[in-house]
Amino acid sequence: MTPLTCYLLVSALLFSIGLAGALTRRNAILVLIGIELMLNAANLNFIAFWRYGPNPQALTGIAFVIFSIGAAAAEAAVGLALIISIYRHYRTTNLNRIDSMRG
Amino acid sequence: MDWIVQTLWLIPLLPLVAAAVSALLKQHQRRLSAFLAIGSMVLALALSCAAFINVIEHWGHSSAVRQAVNFFWFQAGDPQVNGTALRLGWVLDPLAAVMLVMVSMVGLLIFIYSLGYMAHDENFTRFFCFLSLFASAMLGLVIANSLLLLFICWEIVGLTSYLLIGFWYHKPSATAAAKKAFITTRIGDLAVLLGMVWLYSETGTLLFYDGGKGCLEHSALATLAVQTTSLGMAVSTGIGLLIFCGAIGKSGQVPLHVWLPDAMEGPTPVSALIHAATMVAAGVFLVARVYPLMAAQPAGDASVPGALQVVTWVGAITAIFAASIAVAQTDIKRILAYSTISQLGFMMLGLGAGGVAVGMFHLITHAFFKALLFLGAGSVIHGCRDEQDIRRMGGLRKLMPVTFATYGVGMLALSGFPLLFSGFWSKEEILHAARGWIAPGPFYLGVFAALLTAFYMTRQVCYVFLGSVRSRRREGAYVAGAPGLGKLEPPYGRVAQPSHGWGAHSAARREQPEMLEKPAFAQPLTARSGVRALPSNLQETWATGPHVGSYEVHESPRVMTIPLVVLAAFSVLLGFGGTPAWPWFQGLLSGEQATGQLGKLFEIEVLRLMLLSSGVVFLGLGLGWWLYGRKPVSRVDEPDVLERLQPEVFALLKRKYFVDEIYEASVIRFNAWWAQVCAWLDDWVWNGLVQLISLLVVGLAWLDRYFDEYVVNSGFDEGCRRLTKGGALMSRLQCGQVQRYLRLLGLALTVLVLLLIWGCRAS
Repeated sequence: MTPLTCYLLVSALLFSIGLAGALTRRNAILVLIGIELMLNAANLNFIAFWRYGPNPQALTGIAFVIFSIGAAAAEAAVGLALIISIYRHYRTTNLNRIDSMRG
Repeated sequence: MDWIVQTLWLIPLLPLVAAAVSALLKQHQRRLSAFLAIGSMVLALALSCAAFINVIEHWGHSSAVRQAVNFFWFQAGDPQVNGTALRLGWVLDPLAAVMLVMVSMVGLLIFIYSLGYMAHDENFTRFFCFLSLFASAMLGLVIANSLLLLFICWEIVGLTSYLLIGFWYHKPSATAAAKKAFITTRIGDLAVLLGMVWLYSETGTLLFYDGGKGCLEHSALATLAVQTTSLGMAVSTGIGLLIFCGAIGKSGQVPLHVWLPDAMEGPTPVSALIHAATMVAAGVFLVARVYPLMAAQPAGDASVPGALQVVTWVGAITAIFAASIAVAQTDIKRILAYSTISQLGFMMLGLGAGGVAVGMFHLITHAFFKALLFLGAGSVIHGCRDEQDIRRMGGLRKLMPVTFATYGVGMLALSGFPLLFSGFWSKEEILHAARGWIAPGPFYLGVFAALLTAFYMTRQVCYVFLGSVRSRRREGAYVAGAPGLGKLEPPYGRVAQPSHGWGAHSAARREQPEMLEKPAFAQPLTARSGVRALPSNLQETWATGPHVGSYEVHESPRVMTIPLVVLAAFSVLLGFGGTPAWPWFQGLLSGEQATGQLGKLFEIEVLRLMLLSSGVVFLGLGLGWWLYGRKPVSRVDEPDVLERLQPEVFALLKRKYFVDEIYEASVIRFNAWWAQVCAWLDDWVWNGLVQLISLLVVGLAWLDRYFDEYVVNSGFDEGCRRLTKGGALMSRLQCGQVQRYLRLLGLALTVLVLLLIWGCRAS
């Protein structure tokens, strides 16, 4: 059986990739994809810790992750809808140019 | 208590109401104001007579001879514990009743006379307003049962005197005389105030009669007489002397007599009413009122109290002093003024030597015949078109027969012509009292003053009524000695008298005649050449009597002569109320029933004195006749007979013993010097202090401003600026770039994780 550390490393890698994507991409859709990646890294952590946790019989981890995925799906839908309406407004999805909230 | 005692307050109130209403009337409502004044006086006279009758009814019953009504004026503090209650009140006793009748009757006659005398004055209503106010205050003074109330009325009387002397206020000499009168009497009043405070602190009451507790009643007097002050003088003497100082001021005794002759600047009815008959007698009345205080002696001590000795001597000296001055005066009213001072001296002499009845009897008779003389003088002045210099009169006997007859009666009464006239009997009483006094001095002074009285009155009558007519028939014919000064007609005319008002003032006037005219007339004097140009409307204003435009001497109208006749009748009849044979008046005042004893007239002592005083009077009359009547003065500029005989003495008398000049050189100069010192102190010391303080305040304010501007303000400003800068700095964080926020979050997360890891390591 693969040790827990491997899962955690994969999860950390996944999170880092997602974070890097969210930070460096200029396109809002790609930033959203990066965020989804980070979420999935967290989900992977949940599953791993559940599986290697003290009570793997109870389906707590699965239930948590399913909720998390549901929330992520809803979040993606809302995020995409926002991006579309932003695009309609600004005619761009470049995040560098969307700075009307500047102080 | 009788109704008249309860309603006694109405007597002064009626003229007061008349004065108050007159004060609100318009200038042209002459009839109404005269009606009010005379009507109120008639009512006051009626009430006074009722009061007098009431007193006579109670005569002999010693219990009801003095009836007083007292009331609370105001209270301070709790009366049960330590509060003081100030009480006023009025009293009806023979003294008050006699004065009430005298004041209201003389007042009424003079009011009526004023109708004629002031007929052409444009300020007629103001005149009657003041006269009514005066009558009110004088009547209030007479009935006052409290020294405080008496003093209040006393001061109102002084005020009206001031107002009426300065009635023709556009005449500089009148305003100066008014001020002089007010200030001079004020010196005496200050002493009265001190005496009043002293009396209150000693006895705790200012009521004269208060059912045994008043300050003139036995218990208070007994304690006052035995206490002595630091000088070894009884307290009662000290208080009495202080109060007498007020009487000196008001009654024109030496040395405060200087205001009374100058007071003749006022209209003649005022001179008659206030400065001859009633107000100046207020001082004598005051002494009579507080006589028990002055006469208070410890039980068993029979010597004459110090206060009465002072009163006697001051009176005697005043009598001779003023009578001698009157000999050399040429102004008809001034002669009478000095005669008034002299007679007031007689009254004081009588009070001091003989008691209340003696002094008061002369006061009453004098009030009538002196009012008569003044009104007669007013009639003469009126008839001669406002001429007051006796050298310019003469020969009026035929031209003004009624005036001459009544004036003659007044003159004989004043001189004390034997048997028939009131002045003889009252003066007789005084001399009789002085004869028996402890020192012989006052008696001889009095006799000599009586001689001089007869002499100067004869001189005056000879000048005015006998001889040839020396008045100016035509005004143009008269060329004034000093241009512009000499004869600006009434009442501006007599400006050249050597010392009207204070000397300096008249000196200034003499130097600047032009300055005088302009404010006085407020009209251009067109011609300054020989022909007199009197503005026509002025003539109408001042020309008194019906003969405007005619320069003939004329008899006065009926409204003026009738009061003269009434007064003349009283001048004769009153004397018989107080003869030694039937001392009715004296009995009334002392509360004893008088009995007629014709035999008393022929007692050797009385007879000798009567013969002596008759001799003195005849000597005076004869001397006057011999010097002035035998060969009447024919020319205006002819020197006086006495002036030819004794030029130095005459000059001394003519200048009134230089009293005004002495005051000028001492008191007035000191006062002016002191005023200058005060002004200097004001300018430099006090002003400097004030300036210093203001500078200090300005300096402080400047400091305060500096602190505000540079510390408080700049602190706030700097703080705000920094806050803005800080805000701007912080607002940079809100860059609006989502990824930058995320980057920060990532960074923070990394740091957090690293910290956690490091923390786990450490533990």
